Amino acid sequence: MRIALFVACYNDTLFPRTGIAVTSVLERLGHTVEFPMQQTCCGQMHYNTGYHNEALPLLRQFVETFRHAEAVCVPSASCVAMMREHYELMAQKENDEILLADVRALLPRIYEFSELLVDCLGLEDVGAYFPYKVTYHPSCHSLRMLHVADKPLRLLRKVKGLELIELANREQCCGFGGTFAVKNPDVSAAMLKEKTTAVEGTGASICAALDNSCLMQIWGGLHREGSPIRTMHLAEILAETEATQ
Amino acid sequence: MSVRVGKTATAPAFPVAAKKAMQDDQLRRNVHHATSVIRGKRELRVAEMPDWQRLRDAGHAIKDHTLLYLDHYLEMFERNCERAGGKVHWARDADEANAIAIQLIQRYGGTEAGGIEAIKVKTMTSDEVQMNPALEAAGIHPYETDLADMIVQMGEDQPSHIVVPALHKNRHQIREIFIKKMELDSLGDQPADLADAARVYLREKFLRVKIGISGANYAIAETGAVCVVESEGNGRMCLTMPDVLITLIGIEKVIPTFRDLDTFLQLLPRSATGERMNPYNSLWTGVHPGDGPQAFHVILLDNGRTELLENERERETLDCIRCGACLNACPVYRETGGHAYGSIYSGPIGAILSPQLQSMEHSRSLPYASSLCGACYEVCPVKINIPETLIHLRGRVVRENQETFLGSIAPENLGMQLAAHLFTHPDEYEMAQSLAAIGQKPLMRGDLIGPLPGLLGGWTKFRDLAPIPSQSFRDWWKSREKQQHKEAR
Ligand code: SF4
Repeated sequence: MRIALFVACYNDTLFPRTGIAVTSVLERLGHTVEFPMQQTCCGQMHYNTGYHNEALPLLRQFVETFRHAEAVCVPSASCVAMMREHYELMAQKENDEILLADVRALLPRIYEFSELLVDCLGLEDVGAYFPYKVTYHPSCHSLRMLHVADKPLRLLRKVKGLELIELANREQCCGFGGTFAVKNPDVSAAMLKEKTTAVEGTGASICAALDNSCLMQIWGGLHREGSPIRTMHLAEILAETEATQ
Repeated sequence: MSVRVGKTATAPAFPVAAKKAMQDDQLRRNVHHATSVIRGKRELRVAEMPDWQRLRDAGHAIKDHTLLYLDHYLEMFERNCERAGGKVHWARDADEANAIAIQLIQRYGGTEAGGIEAIKVKTMTSDEVQMNPALEAAGIHPYETDLADMIVQMGEDQPSHIVVPALHKNRHQIREIFIKKMELDSLGDQPADLADAARVYLREKFLRVKIGISGANYAIAETGAVCVVESEGNGRMCLTMPDVLITLIGIEKVIPTFRDLDTFLQLLPRSATGERMNPYNSLWTGVHPGDGPQAFHVILLDNGRTELLENERERETLDCIRCGACLNACPVYRETGGHAYGSIYSGPIGAILSPQLQSMEHSRSLPYASSLCGACYEVCPVKINIPETLIHLRGRVVRENQETFLGSIAPENLGMQLAAHLFTHPDEYEMAQSLAAIGQKPLMRGDLIGPLPGLLGGWTKFRDLAPIPSQSFRDWWKSREKQQHKEAR
């Protein structure tokens, strides 16, 4: 299958390892990965902060870039949530019939990374090997907007050598919330504290998620507390094999 | 309609109020504990309902329909209420509502020496219009009789939760308040001791005071009845013991038929307190000679509500049945408690309702008092899409800011404009990526980004920030392609 990668602007800039890992997993599974250079951002930061006019050109650009893709893989649940929850509404509000039709045609071909593997490619075992204790934080958007349910857990359970440890109160928000973390730093930090306490309580050495944004927050808290626990995107774990270890 | 506020630029009201509230460790412990207990009970009671999702849809549908034809149902309510011997009054805003209430109380209470007294129960709406201070100013003494409201009133405090207003107090704190305000020599601190003291205190009021003021959970258009649900029975005392009953309700509380109650009497108690049923469900229709109050007045309050009817997104806010489930689910509320919201309506529902109904200092910051985690939407029994409404209100705040000079040159707006420009110009975006990787060097402290200035300072104050990698993903991709080309040649 030819799979177009929308890496997400912050992964592109801050977490390139995630895009590299996605590429490596998909190629290992025999697929072709494409990276259209015109891509930048899905518009979520602008839209969720209230900059709705500014988000619209980003929607157009996204549709333009990916309109011919067979499947689009997005290693960021919150970006996919942005697309599924808001793109149609935005096009409707603009009264732009063509844009709306394009959005409707494209949306069913967009997959968050774990969805792509489980729903689109029908896989749970991707042949990964990762001999560590891992706990998983279900990010709010993956959980409540995408309803990815236990797909990431099913993938993790099939990783050889990996010991999956349950996270207490796992469904509670880590406190990131995009600009929320900046606009309400104290509340965000208090929410983070609960999350890092739970993560530390697992005894795991890695905390995984589908969103690097949440992981940036969780890592920021853990590292500040001097905890050695590392954070990794699910793709980075699935990219590991016996050869890479 | 717009966010009701006088200030232009983004006023940091909520973040500042939240920070202050968060310094009260006792309050945070109490709020955490209470919300966890209620959450657990709610989950249990919801899980035993196989048709819960359909019930939520039904609740939403009834509300949706009623709000679309609100004028029709309100007039039907008025007709049927007056046919049963009640009297309906229309109040456009807070001042009108208070004036009507004061006039009625003075008419029935005469001019007693030392002032007229009234007992009150279950009326958050009266807090919305600041009725108690208005009554006091007119020489009328209101006594809250719902236990939690009574604790808040005696403690000269503000409610912190829409269902459990005194949730932020533990029983030792309540004992202190009782001893002081009831002038007791001694009092145990077991729940039974406190309940006993309250009972003695309140019974005297119930038997003596002749005017009752209540809220209502529902007003039934078909019968002209009002319905109050509660768990203590004090509401029932207020509805039946006085000679005069004045009920204040927001116009959105009307429901079409008696049968519709069926849906809400299932949704509300399970969502609010994790009970299968409310212990007391009182329905009141007009007056009945020789039984209960002989004068019954309903004040229907608008106070900004009709303005929300036009816009679908805003209208949905009026679906709220005030169960408080969204507060208990909200991680932000759980950290700050209710006072930080600066309004009687706190938590996620407060964050969308208050800026639309009240002009207040917090109006511009409340839509941002959420991480958009969606926990509120997930639990809301009438499926109000709170996150979506928050985003809608944020859009209004941003547009209003941009229309002012100060708002347009604010760092946030400039940053967002710059980002939007870069994101639509991939070449410049790429250049900015490399520039940022180089430009961060002076900010580095060891292998981390040190304290940042301005808006981003909140990040580095509480968390570490790793530097931007020197190679972006697209750089990697490009160099890989080059490599592959070379190899292919
Ligand atoms: S918004 Fe929904 S969950 Fe929150 S109080 Fe209202 S009805 Fe309850």
